[in-house]
Parts: sequence; structure tokens; C-alpha cells
Amino acid sequence: MRVMKLMKNILPVVLFGAGLFAATAATSTRAQVRVEIAGVASNQIPVAVAAFADEAMAPAQVSAIIKADLERSGVFKVIDAGTVLSENSAIDYGQWKSRGADALVVGSVRRGADGRLDVRYKLFDTIKAAELSTMANTVQPKSTRLAAHKIADDVYEKLTGTRGAFSTRIAYVTMHNNRDYRLEVADADGEGMVVAAYGKEPIISPAWSPDGTRVAYVSFEDRKPVVYVQNLVTGARKVVSNEKGSNSAPAWSPDGARLAVTLSKDGHSQVYGVNADGSGIRRLSNSNGIDTEPQFSADGRSIYFTSDRSGGPQIYKMSADGGAATRITFKGGYNISPRLSSDGKTLAWISQRDGGFSLYAMDLASGQELRLAEGATEPSFSPNGKYLMYATKGGGRTGLAVVSVDGRVKQRLTTQAGNIREPNWGPFMK
Amino acid sequence: MRHFKSLAFIVSSAALLSACSSPVKLNEAPVVERPVERAAPVAADSRDIRPVETGSVDPLNDPKGELAKRSVYFDYDSFVVRDDGKPIVEKHSAFLNKNKARKVLIQGNTDERGGTEYNLALGQKRAEAVRRAMGSMGVSESQMEAVSLGEEKPKAIGANEAAWAENRRADIVY
Repeated sequence: MRVMKLMKNILPVVLFGAGLFAATAATSTRAQVRVEIAGVASNQIPVAVAAFADEAMAPAQVSAIIKADLERSGVFKVIDAGTVLSENSAIDYGQWKSRGADALVVGSVRRGADGRLDVRYKLFDTIKAAELSTMANTVQPKSTRLAAHKIADDVYEKLTGTRGAFSTRIAYVTMHNNRDYRLEVADADGEGMVVAAYGKEPIISPAWSPDGTRVAYVSFEDRKPVVYVQNLVTGARKVVSNEKGSNSAPAWSPDGARLAVTLSKDGHSQVYGVNADGSGIRRLSNSNGIDTEPQFSADGRSIYFTSDRSGGPQIYKMSADGGAATRITFKGGYNISPRLSSDGKTLAWISQRDGGFSLYAMDLASGQELRLAEGATEPSFSPNGKYLMYATKGGGRTGLAVVSVDGRVKQRLTTQAGNIREPNWGPFMK
Repeated sequence: MRHFKSLAFIVSSAALLSACSSPVKLNEAPVVERPVERAAPVAADSRDIRPVETGSVDPLNDPKGELAKRSVYFDYDSFVVRDDGKPIVEKHSAFLNKNKARKVLIQGNTDERGGTEYNLALGQKRAEAVRRAMGSMGVSESQMEAVSLGEEKPKAIGANEAAWAENRRADIVY
């Protein structure tokens, strides 16, 4: 079996120092996927970020990664402190307040035992004139970016009350020359891309396991769709479903023990449950039409899915044990691809209105809906429920984009390499 | 059931964030085998003549033969075999009824408009329509498998009706 080199790309420090808005084709394009910001939150929290003491000893610039993460979230106005401040530096709160910063991020990088790096940080509230948070991470030098993302996660959580998702990963499928398909995994900021699977036949519907070590996907290498689960760490793959007919749309239960899938084994596409090892297939949905795209609710007790039992595709909900279903969407004649936020509050889906396909979000308690983006398909929630990544279709090429659940923050993920689609946002990991 | 060796070796640059093994290569499509010719037997008496039937071309391989057409086309939002698809269904059903050892994969397709998984299910409906039509002509279930490629393997690329019409299709694959 030929082995493909790991293609890890580290974005040069200079690009982040100049600001993401300066990203054009003329600048360095060593990142496979680059993120550009197009919209921000209405009330941004001003945060000053200092250069970390001795951060040049790490292979990536920690303060630059933190600044880029906070800026990309759209909820912060990032102020460059313009100086080096470590967690031991004396803090002149008045100075930072007068510069308009509500919070200040400082830190240092030290060489620890056996070549590892000790990355330390502190977060200060300039208005209360107090320390808000502190953290220390000891990492291998190659994991410097992860340490920086964890600091950004902590800043985000302390200042917004929601867990940050900067240290998460995304999976997506790229196609080159209509013949080469790759399942790729990258950090949420587009860095560090690694090819997880590749071949000459399409791959669709990647789905991260809840613990982030495995990915389920559909491969057409056998001239028909088959559901695989691949262990990302070992590379071992297992066929989870290759029943007669088509096997697709894998979705993990929150405990990672089961998957819901769409099988056509009984003559038409219906939703089935199967254990993660491929055993115990049992039918869950029951209609004479198409039932597909199952998704577990965050508490694992319900499955939302797409069904055209009423004529056109609409979103329904049933017990995770199967049986009777209740209809959820009523506006428009084509509603597909249900996705549930991890806090159980929001349903996102794709609706065809006025000819085009748009991303919508519904507050499940009130039923209120909001259009988030146009020209969108294949949405995926960030694990903190605050953002949706989706695929854009237009001009013959596809790309990825991110929008916040309130519709205000917008990002585009650009890549030079062919078509990119089928995004799936990975879970929180230790 | 295919088995995949696990690549357990640790790549030196594997990090916590990207702790992946080397990527897995997916299989390419299988190769179809050709039949072997048989030799004629030897006569016992020098004036005996034992007739020999010569080998024949597999009718499936004749590009001008009646089995050459393998695609059944569908109207927009339709999953019913059109009149122009019925002769194709009849001819392949007749062949399969005479050759019980032959099997077909019926692959349904859609045009590129709409969602990926829902289109996979729509393509499945087209494949099932052809399968049921062949079944009603006597072809046994064990000889057929209806599957879908959805919008993933278009025959024609383009955001126009000509391309869309070419892709709304079920193919009979031996």
C-alpha cells in the first residue's frame, strides 16, 4: 500500500502579524485552507493581546495564533498590545483601560523538561483590575499551535461564558480533476491539513465520532455506497454497513456506541440503527417514501431526519428507538439536512426558497426561524453550538464558509485545490 | 468483506492536533475476467468426423448488439421508467432470464441540484424503478442489486438542462 506523506503546513508568522484581512493570492499560500472574515458581531469585546515572552523559541508564534483565533470568532475587537508581557509582568490596568481594552492577554514560553515547551498565560480584567484566568500547558514543540488554541479557548470562555472551539478540527472532502478524492482533516483555522483517506471514487458524508478518534464516511470504491468507520489514529477501517443496495448518511449517537444510517435494503431508503462494530442492524423509521439524513439530538433520545412522506422532503423527529414521527418544518416544499446544536436549543437545516438553497436556523423552543446564508448546503455545527460551517455552491466550484448562529459573523474558507465540500466539524477533545 | 491492514507505525511528525496515521488508499474498481476457450476433442477412427461448436462472442461485448444500450433516462422529479426505457429493460431482462448466472448492478443517478444525501435517495428510487420493472419480467432478485450514485458521478458536467437530463439516469452494469 503506497503511503502518502503527511502534508502539514505551518502558516508563516508574518501573515498573522499583518492581519487576516490582508490575505490575498499574492501572500503566502502554504496553508491548504485559508480563512477570511467577512462579518463580525454587533458588540465586540475589546481585548488587548501582548507578545508572549520568549515566544520565538517555539516553532509557531503563540500570541499571533491567539490574536487570529479571537479575531476570527468575530466577537472580539483585538488590540495589539505592541509590547511583550509575561504572566509575571506588572500590569498597569489604567493604561490598558485608556487604550480601550476591557481585557488583557499575557504569557510566556519556556523550555521545559525533555525538550517540551511550557506555555503559560494570564487573562486580566482591566475594569475590575483583577486576574480573570491563568493556565499552563506543557507540549511537544510540534503541538505549539494546539497550546495557543487552548489559550484562545480559555479567553473566549471567560469573556463570553461559552466554551471556545479554536482547538477543534474539521473534516471535509476535496476533489481534483473529477477523479481524485481526498478526505482531509485540518485544524478549525485551516492549518495542519492531513489526508485521512484518498482514492479515485467519491467520498461523502464524513462524520466525526463523539470522542474525535474515528470518522465514519460513505465511499463509492465498491461501485455502490458503503459506510465505513476509520480509526484516525491507527488508520484501521471497518465496514459498518454494506447491505444489499445503498448504505449512507452515518450519524453517531452521543455516546459513540451506535450509528444511525440510511439503507435501501428493503427496497426504499429508510433510517436504521447499527452498533459501531456493524452488528445489530434494526429499522427505525417507517414510511413508504424516502427517510434519510438521520441526526441524533444532543441528549441521544431523539433522531431528526429528512422524509418525503408528505410529498416533498421535510424534517421530522422520532424517538431514537424508532417509531412514530412528528413533523418539524412546514414552510416551503423542500427542507433537508437537519443538524442539532449540542445545547439542544437550535435546529439548522437547508431550505429551498425562491429557487435557491439557504441555510436556516430555528429556535426549537419558540419555532422562530432565521435565514443565515444563501447558496448553502451540507451544514455542520461547531461543538459549542455557536457557528455553522457549510459548503457553498456557485460558479462551478465549491467552497466552505462559516456563519454564526445569529447570522452576524461570516467567514469564507478558501483553497486553491479543486472542489471542497462535505464539511463536518469535529468534537471537543482533551 | 474487505480487510484493511492497520498502519500502526507512528509517523514522526504526528501531533496531538493532527494525530493521524498515513492516509488510507481506497480500492479501485474490480477488473472483469474474460471467459476461457475450450479445445476440440480428438476423433477415434480416421474417417470419423465429430462436429465442433466454435466459440461465440459474449453478446454483452458486442457494441452494435441489442444489449449495448444500458442507460434508462428519467424526466425531472420523476422515478417512473419512460416509454423509451422499456425496450432496454425488456432486452436485459430477457438476457438475464436466459443466463441465470449473470448479475447486474443497477446504478441510479440524479442531476446536481439539491442536497447530497437526499439526491442519493432519489437516485436509489430510479434504480429501484428499473429493478422492479425487470423483476416484473421474471428476473430473480438474486440477479439484481439496485444502488445509487446520487449526484456524485455525473456523465455530463454543466448547470443546464442538457447536462441535467443526461444525469437523470439509471445504468445497468454487469
